[in-house]
Amino acid sequence: MFKRIMAPVDLAHLDKLERALNVVADEAKRHGASVAYVSVTAATPGPLGHNPEEFRARLEEFAAEQARKHDIKADAHMIVSHDPTTDIDDALMQAVSDTKADLVVMASHKPGLAEYFWPSNGGKISAHSSASVFVVRDN
Amino acid sequence: MSDESANQGIPDPEGHSEVIETDYEIGQDNVEGTFGPFGFDVHNPVFLISGLTIVAFVFYALALPEQAGAFFGWLRPALTSTFDWFFLLAANFFVLFCLFLIVSPWGSIKIGGAEAVPDYGYPGWFAMLFAAGMGIGLMFFGVLEPVYHMAISEPLGVPSPIAEDGSIIEANVDAARRAGLAATIYHWGLHPWAIYAVVALALALFTYNKGLPLTIRSAFYPILGERVWGWWGHVIDILAVFATLFGLATSLGFGAQQANAGLEHVFGIPNNVTVQIVLITVITAVALGSVLRGLDGGVKLLSEINMIVAALLLFFVFFAAGPGGIMSYFVEGLSTYARDIFSLSNPIAREDLGYMQGWTAFYWAWWISWSPFVGMFIARVSRGRSVREFVVCVLIIPSLVCVLWMAVFGGAAIEQVLSDPAASAVKAQVIDSYNPPMSLFAMLEGLPLASITSVIAIVLVIVFFVTSSDSGSLVIDTITAGGKIDAPVPQRVFWCTFEGAVAIVLLIGGGLGALQAMVISTGLPFTIVLLLLCWAIVKGLMAEKNPG
Repeated sequence: MFKRIMAPVDLAHLDKLERALNVVADEAKRHGASVAYVSVTAATPGPLGHNPEEFRARLEEFAAEQARKHDIKADAHMIVSHDPTTDIDDALMQAVSDTKADLVVMASHKPGLAEYFWPSNGGKISAHSSASVFVVRDN
Repeated sequence: MSDESANQGIPDPEGHSEVIETDYEIGQDNVEGTFGPFGFDVHNPVFLISGLTIVAFVFYALALPEQAGAFFGWLRPALTSTFDWFFLLAANFFVLFCLFLIVSPWGSIKIGGAEAVPDYGYPGWFAMLFAAGMGIGLMFFGVLEPVYHMAISEPLGVPSPIAEDGSIIEANVDAARRAGLAATIYHWGLHPWAIYAVVALALALFTYNKGLPLTIRSAFYPILGERVWGWWGHVIDILAVFATLFGLATSLGFGAQQANAGLEHVFGIPNNVTVQIVLITVITAVALGSVLRGLDGGVKLLSEINMIVAALLLFFVFFAAGPGGIMSYFVEGLSTYARDIFSLSNPIAREDLGYMQGWTAFYWAWWISWSPFVGMFIARVSRGRSVREFVVCVLIIPSLVCVLWMAVFGGAAIEQVLSDPAASAVKAQVIDSYNPPMSLFAMLEGLPLASITSVIAIVLVIVFFVTSSDSGSLVIDTITAGGKIDAPVPQRVFWCTFEGAVAIVLLIGGGLGALQAMVISTGLPFTIVLLLLCWAIVKGLMAEKNPG
């Protein structure tokens, strides 16, 4: 049913992604789909790399590790943004078409009061993307 | 394998650059969590101490307004008149240093690595440089300064063309007109932009080439080494936050008073604290919208709109005041600036102390106290430029634009004063009585369509404040998040709102003047800091191998 799965990941908070990553792997195996692990970074140095090159190396390593662990086909897709905090939704929307994904699987925290002011990324993507979206809530 | 998409025009980064190896991990001192429904990710202790110190100083100014006013009212002029030579010599050094960088072989080193491509095209980049760097000052001083220097401050001893009885002394006119313009251009030309360029280049280099976090302390790595991650660095960052927030808040408070003066003049809206609070609230609300939309969707867009409106006003004044006359002001201003720059920047054996200490040294302290904020913002948006291109674009081009601006606004105003002194509103507001906020409106009154252009001018004053406020909030947020630019949104909302709140509290309680004097006083220690930065830049560039 699905050929290409896009999985947005925040490498700084992998502990919160475990459930979503398992869902990604299960869906990939069930449909024989390849996975694009997508992550957004700024060009400025951050905790995950001094520059986008280092960040990409990390993301590639992560994708390779997921592929090995779950026996799936996976690649990495990095997006460089001027202002990740505010641009992340648009960047992910763009990534859906760049990766030609037909399914997006992403983790999202339980909605709360803050969602009235700043909708979660999952909410925004599912509202605007043409791909199917699977939002995995944390426990 | 990987593929990479360039979001919003950012191409593949990188190429060779020399990353500094340090054990420090960006974000290692940060505290993450949630406050009610809102997430946060802040540097410990920079965020907390900066916030608390700012609150403490606001309380001090409110609780002891007279003492605070007297102390800082004494401190600022005391510093600028005692250390005038130091400010002048340091600023000269920054200009020479920048000019040297243009011709040095290091000029070809690229910010962000040998193959980095610019993040922003020229129009957006210039708009952001300008809106953050000078913005409101051009509106406020564009008429005031040329007229004031021509008629009153007598820079380099050039005598005033206005006699005691208000008549014109023809013999003095030509020299005074040139001197007034040149003395103004000196304050808005190479020197201030060299100050910004030094800070911006240091930060851009240590962030994009050396891989250190985007925060003020990083530029001190060559000097302080690993100590920069401890209390030395905390103090540097806290000072920068402090100067930025108070600088923004106090000029926001004064700006509201200026805009109010304009509104009273045009629409007869009463000039009182309530109206000014409404103005601050509106400016803060628009700035808030801008930071919520982010760097590209908010700050850059607003800066561009700002530049377009400012350019329209510039063209209008240019044509309405007579293009021929204004062109000759431009040529005269530029040539006199080129001729007088050496004597104006010489601090020794000067007799025009009122001008040199009251204006020049004051300006240098002012630009320097703003430089952490403006420098850091310029650094953030300058990735992908070569050092030579960076310095030319941050030093030479903005200086020329300022020359043009001063020639147009100052030239039009001087023309009005000299051609019909008795009827000139500019003469009434600047020379006869000293009423700075009204000077721009007085000049526009002497041109056609004053009712329309005055409204545009008020809008422009307000938008200029918004563009300072939003970029300032981003800078403070980044510093207090330990150099992370992806901290949760509520944090930038906090700083933007806090800035407006501080402005309102100081407006109601008094203390704007005292705290602004305090901010400008920070110019003295920061001057020493900037001199050290030049050395850090040299060390940084020397370590950079440049295969291209």
